[in-house]
Amino acid sequence: MEIPYTIESRPDTGLYNAKLGIWLFLASEVMLFGGLFSAYVLLRVGAEPGMWPHGWLNVTFGTINTLLLALSAITTLLAWAACKVRDFTKFKIFHACTILLALTFLGIKSYEYHDKLIHYEVQLTNGKFADGHLIEKSKDFDLANKTGSVTLHGRIVEDEKDLMDLRTPAAQSAKLDEVTIAATDIKKMENYGPKHNTFTAIYFTLTGLHALHILGGTVVIFYFWAFGGAMWKTDPERFTNRIEVSGLFWHFVDLVWIFLFPVLYLT
Amino acid sequence: MSLKAFHLIFVTLLTALSFGCAAWAFQSGSLVWGAAGIAAGIFVIVYGVYFLKKLKNVSYL
Repeated sequence: MEIPYTIESRPDTGLYNAKLGIWLFLASEVMLFGGLFSAYVLLRVGAEPGMWPHGWLNVTFGTINTLLLALSAITTLLAWAACKVRDFTKFKIFHACTILLALTFLGIKSYEYHDKLIHYEVQLTNGKFADGHLIEKSKDFDLANKTGSVTLHGRIVEDEKDLMDLRTPAAQSAKLDEVTIAATDIKKMENYGPKHNTFTAIYFTLTGLHALHILGGTVVIFYFWAFGGAMWKTDPERFTNRIEVSGLFWHFVDLVWIFLFPVLYLT
Repeated sequence: MSLKAFHLIFVTLLTALSFGCAAWAFQSGSLVWGAAGIAAGIFVIVYGVYFLKKLKNVSYL
């Protein structure tokens, strides 16, 4: 028995099966990301005055990633349009571009994560805070046994609040130097990973989940790009529908980024 | 909703983001980034009109 509406639209809904399926899936995705955005809002409004970070993320990298995803949305649409006019060569070219753009996005995101994971905030025993990127730990460095030392490229501030807003003129003009701290002077040392504070927690959660969606979408698009030729020869209409469905998912992921970028990078 | 309609929504939001970024940049005192944001917004609008003309025979459903 042949499954109905795999290619042509069902008259009452105006949708073929796969399109109905992807929209139901995207509805659940809206709830997932909506919940996390709500968590972000609640964490932010609930933060102590002066303790919500500003300017911690690199706006240039965020802008480049926004451009990459915007371009990838266009190449996805063009790939679908190429299928519509039965031009498989153009489809291959446009989707190759989509894959490359997506991989570049993930590369930049990985670099940003790495930058956060080697960035340390060190609470000193004299009440001050050292903050900067790790240069090296001495071979005998052991925080528990208080041996050795750690060297950062950064600065020392009087109060943790001085590290929160990096967009102030004082923070912008702060001079960064090599700072070597003995383990005996360290009370607590922590990188800017997810457990550092609520901002980094929600930042890694939101962008990590988004990056996983990018990765998943890239795998699907790569599959159609590499192995879609067989279906294209036998059933081009159905293949075109599949490209549309993957394009809808890709556009959703891009839309999520359009909200993530200003919320995390600019505010 | 077809990919064409969803792309139109995407282009609309991207335009809003571009002008929003321009406003943010002007507020931060960066005239170059502000101008770049406005230019990007205008470019996206022009692209949106072009894409609608190009795909005028494709359904929104």
